[in-house]
Amino acid sequence: MVQLSAIDEELLATIAELHGVPGGAYNIRRNGELIARASTPEIQVESKKDKPGINIFVAPGTKGKSVHIPVLLTVSGLKDVVYNTFDIGEDADVLVVAGCGIHNPGEEKSQHDGIHEFILRRGARMRYVERHYGQGPGTGERVLNPKTILILEDGAQAELELVQISGVDGTVRETEATLAGRAHLVIRESVLTTGKQSADSFISVELRGNGASTEVLARSVARGQSRQIFRARLTGRARAKGHVACDSLIMDQAEISSLPELHAASPEAELTHEAAIGRIAGEQLLKLMTLGLSEEEAVNTILAGFLGVNRALLAGSRS
Amino acid sequence: MLTLENLGVSVGENGRQKDILKNINLELLPGRVYALTGPNGSGKTTLAKAVMGLVRPTSGRILWEGRDITDLDITARAREGIAYAFQQPVRFKGLKIKDLFALAGADGRAAAYLAQVGLCAADYLEREAGSGLSGGEAKRLEVALTLARRPRLAIFDEPEAGVDLWVQERLLDLVAAPARRGQGVISLVITHSEKFLQQADEVLLLEEGRLVEAGPPDRVWPQLEKDLACRWGNECGGERGAAECYR
Ligand SMILES: Nc1ncnc2c1ncn2[C@@H]1O[C@H](COP(=O)(O)OP(=O)(O)OP(=O)(O)O)[C@@H](O)[C@H]1O
Ligand SMILES: [Mg+2]
Repeated sequence: MVQLSAIDEELLATIAELHGVPGGAYNIRRNGELIARASTPEIQVESKKDKPGINIFVAPGTKGKSVHIPVLLTVSGLKDVVYNTFDIGEDADVLVVAGCGIHNPGEEKSQHDGIHEFILRRGARMRYVERHYGQGPGTGERVLNPKTILILEDGAQAELELVQISGVDGTVRETEATLAGRAHLVIRESVLTTGKQSADSFISVELRGNGASTEVLARSVARGQSRQIFRARLTGRARAKGHVACDSLIMDQAEISSLPELHAASPEAELTHEAAIGRIAGEQLLKLMTLGLSEEEAVNTILAGFLGVNRALLAGSRS
Repeated sequence: MLTLENLGVSVGENGRQKDILKNINLELLPGRVYALTGPNGSGKTTLAKAVMGLVRPTSGRILWEGRDITDLDITARAREGIAYAFQQPVRFKGLKIKDLFALAGADGRAAAYLAQVGLCAADYLEREAGSGLSGGEAKRLEVALTLARRPRLAIFDEPEAGVDLWVQERLLDLVAAPARRGQGVISLVITHSEKFLQQADEVLLLEEGRLVEAGPPDRVWPQLEKDLACRWGNECGGERGAAECYR
C-alpha cells in the first residue's frame, strides 16, 4: 500500500474530505502517476490504453456507492493531463468525488488539466463533487483547467457541485452537457479568486429532449486584483426548461464579467436567466463585528455563507 | 459604569452640517435599568451606535469601566462586554440561526436563549437568519442573540417594536433582567412603551439631539406628559419642536 505524506493527507482532506484511503472504489493520482486504486464488484476502474487517465464503469442498478478520484500535484514544474471516462449504467445511483489539490513548493508552474467525460445511461443518477485547491510556499503558478462533458440519456439526473475556493492562480473551466428527454441537470459552481488570480468559466447546456430541464447556479467572489469571466449558455431544442443564475460579490479592485446567454431553437423551450454583481453588505459586516468578530473574520464568514462553503476554507484567502 | 462626556455627533448633509447629538453628558451605573425615549429622529439610535462604535462621535469622549473607548473599534468594544440589539435586525443570506449563536460565542446557549424569546430551538436553529424570517421573529432573534452574549452593557433598540402583544411584555422583562440579576450589568433600553418607562430605574429623554431629562420615572413622567400635550396641533397642524415645548 502507498505511503501518503502529511501534505498528501492535507490535500486529500481538503479536496475530497478524505482522511486516509477511501472506502468504495477509488483512484488516487499523484504527480502524474497512479498511487492507489480499488475496484468493487459494481464499479470497475481501469487505465486507458491510448492516453493517460481511467475508464470507470458503474454497473446498471448499482445503488448508494461512491467513487473517489482525487489528483494531487506536489512538485513544481509539472504539467499533468488526464482523460477520465465514466460510464454509469441504467438506473444506477452513485456519488463521484473528484478534485485536484496542488501544493507547489517551487518557482515553476504546476498545472493539471483534467478532462472528465460522463455518460449517464437511462434513468441513472449521479452526484458529482469537484473541489479545486492550491497551496504551497513556492512562487510558481498553480493552474487548473478542468473540462467536464456530460451526456444524459432519457430520464438521467445529475447534480454537479464545482468548488474552487483557494490558491488557484489561473483556471479555465469548461462544462458542457447534453440532455435527452426528461433528463435533469443541476450545476452549482462556487468560485473565489484573490490577488492576481484569474478564473474563466464557460458552462453550456443543451436541452435536446422533451421534458429535459436544467438549473445552473453560479456564485462567485472576486477579491484583490483578480479577474473573472463567467459565461453560461442554455440551448433549448425541445419542450424543455432551463434557468441560469449568476450571483457575484466584488471587492477591492477586482473585475467580473457575467454573461448568461439563452439560445432557443424551439418555441416550446422556456429559458430564463438572472445575473447580479454586487458588493458585500456593510450592515452584515458591522453586525458580525458587534458579535465580537474581527473585520477579516466577518468578511470570511459572509463570503463562506454566500458561496455555501465551510468558513475554514476561506481562512487564508485575504485579498 | 458608562460615561458620556460632551458627546456630539454631526453629519454633513447637502453641504450643511447637521448636529444629531449635541453635548450629551450621561452616567450609567451597573445594576440599573435605563429607558431611553424621545420622538422619532431625536437621536436615540445614534446614541446607541456611538456607544457600540458604529458611528464616530465628532466631539466628546466615551468612558467604559474607567477606560476611554472613544477610539476603540466595534470588535474591541464587543469584546469589552458591550452588546447592541439593532433597531432593524440584519438579515444574513446563507447563515443559519445556530451559526449566528456560534459566531457570537454562545454556541451552547442558543436553545435556552431562543426559548426565552419564545422561539423553539427545534424549529429555528437550522433556519436561515435571512429574509425568510418575519419581522417579529427577526426582532426576537436579535434580542436573544444579544442576551446570549452575556454583555455587561446591554443595549436594546426598541425591542418591543413589531413584536406581538403576547411576547412584548415578556421581552421588556427580559431586557431588564440582566441588570436586575445583581451582577453589575447595565441595561439600556430604547423604547416607546409607556409601561416600560414606568418600570425603569431611570428615564432618559432625548429631544432633537439633546438630553433634556434624566431621572426616575415619577420625575420625568409629568414633564413628558406636558410635552406630549403641547406637541400636537401647531399652526400648520403638525408637530411643534422641542424648543417650543421645553421653555
Ligand atoms: N447617516 C446619517 N445621515 C444623515 N442624517 C442622519 C444619519 N443618521 C441619522 N440621521 C438623522 O439623525 C436623526 C436621528 O436619527 P436616529 O436614528 O438616531 O433617531 P431615533 O431617535 O432613533 O429615531 P426613531 O425613533 O425613529 O428610531 C434623524 O433626523 C436622522 O434622519
Ligand atoms: Mg431609532
